[in-house]
Amino acid sequence: MKYKTIITISVLISLLAACAPASEPEPIEITPPEPLKLTVMTHDSFAISEDVLEAFQEQYNAEVQFIEAGDTGTAVNKAALAKDKPLADVFYGVDNTFLSRALDESIFEAYASPLLADIPDDFKLDPQNRALPVDFGDVCLNYDVAYFEENDLSPPETLEDLLKPEYAGLLVVENPATSSPGLAFLFATVGHFGPEGYLEFWQGLVENDLKVVNDWETAYYSEFSQWGGTRPIVVSYGSSPPFEVIFAEEPIDQPPTAAVVGAGSCFRQIEFVGILKGTPNRELAEKWVDFMLSPTFQEDIPLQMYVFPVNPNANLDKTFQEYLATPDAPAFLSPTDIAAHREEWINAWTETVLR
Amino acid sequence: MQNKRSVTVLLWCAPLIFLAIFYFYPLGSILKLSLARSEAGALAPFVEAITSPSVHRVLGFTIWQAFLSTILTLLLGLPGAYLLARFDFRGKTLLRALTGVPFVMPTLVVAASFNALLGPHGWINVGLMEVFNLPEPPIQFLNSLPAILVAHVFYNTTIVLRMVGDFWSHLDPRLGKAAQVLGANRWQVLKNVTIPLLTPVITAAALLVFIFDFTSFGVILILGGPHFATLEVEIFYQTISLFNLPLAAVLSVLQLGCTLVMTILYTRLSAKTSRPISLQSSRHTQGRLLTWQQRIFAFGVIALLLIILITPLLALAGRSVTSFGVIDTREGSLAPGLTLAFYRELSINRQESLFYAPPTTAIGISLTYAAATVVLALILGLPAAWALAQDRTSRLNRVLDPLLMLPLGTSAVTLGLGFIIALAHPPLDLRTSPLLVPIAHTLVAFPFVVRSLTPALQSIQPSLRHAAAVLGASPRQVLRHIDLPLVGRALLVAATFAFTISIGEFGATSLLSRPEYPTVPMAIYRLLSRPGVLNYGQALALSTILMVFAISGMLAIERFRIADVGEF
Repeated sequence: MKYKTIITISVLISLLAACAPASEPEPIEITPPEPLKLTVMTHDSFAISEDVLEAFQEQYNAEVQFIEAGDTGTAVNKAALAKDKPLADVFYGVDNTFLSRALDESIFEAYASPLLADIPDDFKLDPQNRALPVDFGDVCLNYDVAYFEENDLSPPETLEDLLKPEYAGLLVVENPATSSPGLAFLFATVGHFGPEGYLEFWQGLVENDLKVVNDWETAYYSEFSQWGGTRPIVVSYGSSPPFEVIFAEEPIDQPPTAAVVGAGSCFRQIEFVGILKGTPNRELAEKWVDFMLSPTFQEDIPLQMYVFPVNPNANLDKTFQEYLATPDAPAFLSPTDIAAHREEWINAWTETVLR
Repeated sequence: MQNKRSVTVLLWCAPLIFLAIFYFYPLGSILKLSLARSEAGALAPFVEAITSPSVHRVLGFTIWQAFLSTILTLLLGLPGAYLLARFDFRGKTLLRALTGVPFVMPTLVVAASFNALLGPHGWINVGLMEVFNLPEPPIQFLNSLPAILVAHVFYNTTIVLRMVGDFWSHLDPRLGKAAQVLGANRWQVLKNVTIPLLTPVITAAALLVFIFDFTSFGVILILGGPHFATLEVEIFYQTISLFNLPLAAVLSVLQLGCTLVMTILYTRLSAKTSRPISLQSSRHTQGRLLTWQQRIFAFGVIALLLIILITPLLALAGRSVTSFGVIDTREGSLAPGLTLAFYRELSINRQESLFYAPPTTAIGISLTYAAATVVLALILGLPAAWALAQDRTSRLNRVLDPLLMLPLGTSAVTLGLGFIIALAHPPLDLRTSPLLVPIAHTLVAFPFVVRSLTPALQSIQPSLRHAAAVLGASPRQVLRHIDLPLVGRALLVAATFAFTISIGEFGATSLLSRPEYPTVPMAIYRLLSRPGVLNYGQALALSTILMVFAISGMLAIERFRIADVGEF
């Protein structure tokens, strides 16, 4: 009999342990009005300064909780699957390569923020304002400045340059099936050479001894000659050179790398925020979206998230003014085209480059 | 007899309820929803998968690499297990602790470790280039099949060492001696006495290793490179990149099916091979290294273990205190020079980021999750293992046993999405709860706990229990004075597995995380995915801290003994 009691108790305990709600220490609030709660779902690269968030929380007597839901694709999938019972009030982080998925799954409510007036039209990819642009980053070729100086070679200026014999065996790219910058670079080639011409370009790259790895970390920190690898040209971000200055081991005054920003050689990733359909906190959610588009938050973006503000009223740090090369004419593909052809392009790329 | 069966049923309750809520229900929900999204009907994606040559290729490679990896892991692990089981030598505790460290390391760190050792600018390539004055790194290791195999051996050897080594250390060596007295030579003893006795635990370990390799993701992706894909990698690609949920669901089912088939085969095999034997205290089974053959053997095995399991980690630790010498990269090698800059930087919140966590905080969070996982996994795993050990042949056990292994064969992406749709309603609205992390870790640790405990529980002579019962011991007294002392050591092994799995887990954690509670692997990932050498260096430094911390954890567990538990 005792035996059974013990087991029953252990069953109950483990059930209780499994079902107990999260106990979180609530800060004791002395001011009478309860702060309003707002939940913001993001991808795992989201970051914000303490004082910037504090400014929002104080202004609106709000308490913001963040949920990080994996990388961009994973986060969008989670938001889509949870749309009947949203995980949050606001979702930030869907980019133009995944925008169609988010819009097709209709996870957002439209909101025409007054701050949109400040933002250039190029960034506004959803005319119904369900997804509002927040920041952008360009995926561009980076090269190792010292390598080209030492070998008396001029660095490539366009995508076409990469086919020249003098650049044979110099390039490492990421697999578009597994890497976000890899996919963006594939889109750059589709945008630049057209859906009929991009495969021929890749065929040429293969013949010019292209190297492919699966992830940005391996490309940049193992294969790129800047960090001791053998390839002096790598697919990375337009912003990587200034970050090499900011996060150098010892202070340096010239970036050791540079980005290739010739016409059509970069692909622009734009990230969006939207109010999740069915939120009970619509009013505060609108305030949060406005806040993300306002200069206070926009100026915080580069050093927290390594991407750049879409609001031209936001001032950039001096390092960026000095070292950030922004392409004048990045390659462009509409989110609808991307959604319709993503699989086809990746499969064709795989057949051409990896088989 | 009736009584025994009801005990078995009762024992199963807690583990089954847990699995039902946190495994079968979310998994079933996501599979159902995924297949319902198929426009051509739920059957169409199955047909698509079955007829697709690329799926065949992926499945073939998945099985092939898992098979090779398991064989290699056994080749290294079994001599190691023998050494640890039969000999007592100085530094043995440290060796045991060290060999457990790879298991804790997140894949990203392991990739960085192999890169630091064998990458284009790894220590070995740089060394060879300097000595022989070569223009190019001579060794191309990353992104190859050997890289996958070596990484799998690196990870999983500890499973064989711990499970087989521990069981072996309690086998009575007099059985073999008796056979020798009767005229058997050493090989005959091995073949006819030792191996048959070890078969249950070797197959249990091999099965776990195989399933781990079979569902391998990070190793294949990062170290294997773009020319290799396992089912798990393909599921990830179909789910995340293409949002082709129906095909992803079919691939998940395929992966689960394979896991189930292997587990059923294992269950059949082990039901035939396991038998009660009298276990001895390791005090009586271990001797010193006396002959020179024994010493050479020990030296060889230890050297191999250290080279394969420890040098990559040392390379990483070395890199974390080496200046990268940005400007001098061109001088032929990375300008060497010791620095603690990366460690100093770890404790500075330079960007005043909200989610910044100093290393001590991240370690504290990792420890809390790990402790919760150990408790949960033991509470659930012990009754399940016990039920299994009661009567292997009962129909209930035969059905339930293979099900326990399924969480290991489940794609983390699939299950992660399952949580989102299944655990959405009170009282189970746990989607954003930090509790979900130890729960997910427990799902992975649970099969290890059960597999570590069952062989020990099974080998208890029923006559011991009967004798105690006849002499008037209550079932609780039998448990306290017979079962517990006899399985104490296995309990420790189980706890170690649960602890290390939780500390190193990254995949599930990253799907369910709350940014204000970052674990160490998540903090490392954050640093690693950013440009700038200061970030990379910090990632290496934090990985090294995780490593030191893991070694201390293992040593602490090695020394952990409660009264008569753990030694007998």
